[in-house]
Amino acid sequence: MSAPSALRTPLLPKLVIAPSFILAFCFIYGLIAWNGYLSLSASRLLPNYEFVGLEQYRILWESERWMVALKNMGIFGGLFIFGGMALGLLLAILLDQKIRAEGALRTIYLYPMALSFIVTGTAWKWILNPGLGVEHVVQQWGFPNFTFDWLVNPDKAIYCVAIAGIWQSAGFVMALFLAGLRGIDDSIIKAAQVDGASLPRIYWRILIPSLRPVFFSTLMVVSHLAIKSFDLVMALTAGGPGYATDLPATFMYAMAFSRGQIGLGAASATIMLATVAAIVVPYLYSELRTRK
Amino acid sequence: MSAVVQNHLPAATPAARTEGSVMNRINFHRVVLWGALLLFAAFFLTPLYVMLTTSLKDMNEIRAGNLLALPQSPSLASWAKAWSTACTGTDCGGLKPFFMNSVFMVVPAVLVSTAIGAINGYVLSKWRFRGSEVMFAMMLFGVFMPMQVVLLPMSQILGWLGIASSIWGLIVVHVVAGLPSTTLFFRNYYVGLPDELIKAAMLDGAGFWRIFWRIVLPLSTPILVVTLIWQFTNIWNDFLYGVVFSGIDSKPITVALNNLSNTSSTVKEYNVDMAAAMIAALPTLFVYIVAGKYFVRGLTAGAVKG
Repeated sequence: MSAPSALRTPLLPKLVIAPSFILAFCFIYGLIAWNGYLSLSASRLLPNYEFVGLEQYRILWESERWMVALKNMGIFGGLFIFGGMALGLLLAILLDQKIRAEGALRTIYLYPMALSFIVTGTAWKWILNPGLGVEHVVQQWGFPNFTFDWLVNPDKAIYCVAIAGIWQSAGFVMALFLAGLRGIDDSIIKAAQVDGASLPRIYWRILIPSLRPVFFSTLMVVSHLAIKSFDLVMALTAGGPGYATDLPATFMYAMAFSRGQIGLGAASATIMLATVAAIVVPYLYSELRTRK
Repeated sequence: MSAVVQNHLPAATPAARTEGSVMNRINFHRVVLWGALLLFAAFFLTPLYVMLTTSLKDMNEIRAGNLLALPQSPSLASWAKAWSTACTGTDCGGLKPFFMNSVFMVVPAVLVSTAIGAINGYVLSKWRFRGSEVMFAMMLFGVFMPMQVVLLPMSQILGWLGIASSIWGLIVVHVVAGLPSTTLFFRNYYVGLPDELIKAAMLDGAGFWRIFWRIVLPLSTPILVVTLIWQFTNIWNDFLYGVVFSGIDSKPITVALNNLSNTSSTVKEYNVDMAAAMIAALPTLFVYIVAGKYFVRGLTAGAVKG
């Protein structure tokens, strides 16, 4: 055992962590650079390291399918982020009212996060299917003319993805906000109550503003989840009908692994990376700086 | 609306008790609150309920009946079919081999990534050195980056290593990709252990490993559970690496489930789809029900705070 030597020369800890650092840096930054180089190459079916500059990016931005993916990202991302955060905050506030069965309700609201998006996507596909799903149920309830074909409607299918996404992640947002609400000093609330402030007012004016740090971290986590969304679309619509529900992640997968457009896939992955980095790097920077 | 405040504030309850109308208002608000809470509970539970009931029906009942109706004569036939004879793509051996693939992939990947994470966290909290914080911050980016960026180079590397399309390849990818989060979990937990503990042990002549085994590790049970559950849930549920890096025989269960429910046959068997989805969901659902508290802690720790 190297006990005494460790006390004097702390070389051992460095040696112990070195492989992890090297591995993680190669994995993160090495592969980012490699992918970046692929995006500047002429690669199609196989990697081909002939340098073509920004050609792949030009093709990408002229691609109609990429534009559809970006538009869907806007619709899905907006609904997923703001819908999920609004619902999650509402659930957190409702649960914060000294509810007797809080533990059980929290478990129910949060269980979708323990499931794979493939599982929930498969379930939602069945529930939303136009033949025997929700449409059929409402028709049996006495509305024979009710139709609900969003899942197979190219203009509406992306909203189905958003519904399933919000359902899956609202509980997660709730957990973050609830932890934030519980962290607020009770004496602030008591003081406001003594002053005669009503409960909605206390939430709106005192509690929600003091949740600002939680708001930021939640927004950041939820946005990067939105940009990375892949599984849910694959299970629910597989990007269809046609490519009507493509998101950048499914576009990247289709180009790189089934359409033989490796360079184009790499270019779209780089755009995704840049977007996530623009959101996450300032956040990580401020997190780590304030901790010191 | 002040009734809600009185309701919120225990001290106000005696006053409310003396006045009937205030009491009614309190009850009214409680009813609305509980109505909303139960409505949301129904919203979250319905898909699970539909999955379960559909998986117990036969196709005639599904076609004639209602999505929300209880099964008339519950049967596990669809579960048996999903497990052993359903078609996933061209192969018709059910989910069983893929379930086992996931087990063989998850167990080593979870154990190795957790063990390395624990040691890393120990170094980064108790044996800091110049630059260790900066390197940790750079590593943290790995928690958030979109993995699409590593897919293409990684598939080439796995090819060179000779483990492309194998379970080993998936294990390697999951371990490396999991290191940033496991390191983060343990580091943030160990920062909270008093440094005096380590210093006292050092004065007693204990070294790096001895302190880890004898002092730090015995105090790590909560974070070990959190990390094991977090890694298990994430790796079991992973689809992206599974679909990109697996071969015909090494697909994890999520990929097989997706193939199964997208296999176009003449008759769409929703009951088999739902049974298959339940089979894929059960392991993580079980862990969540048994140890949900730890799962939630992992989720909130993922938001970096600590």
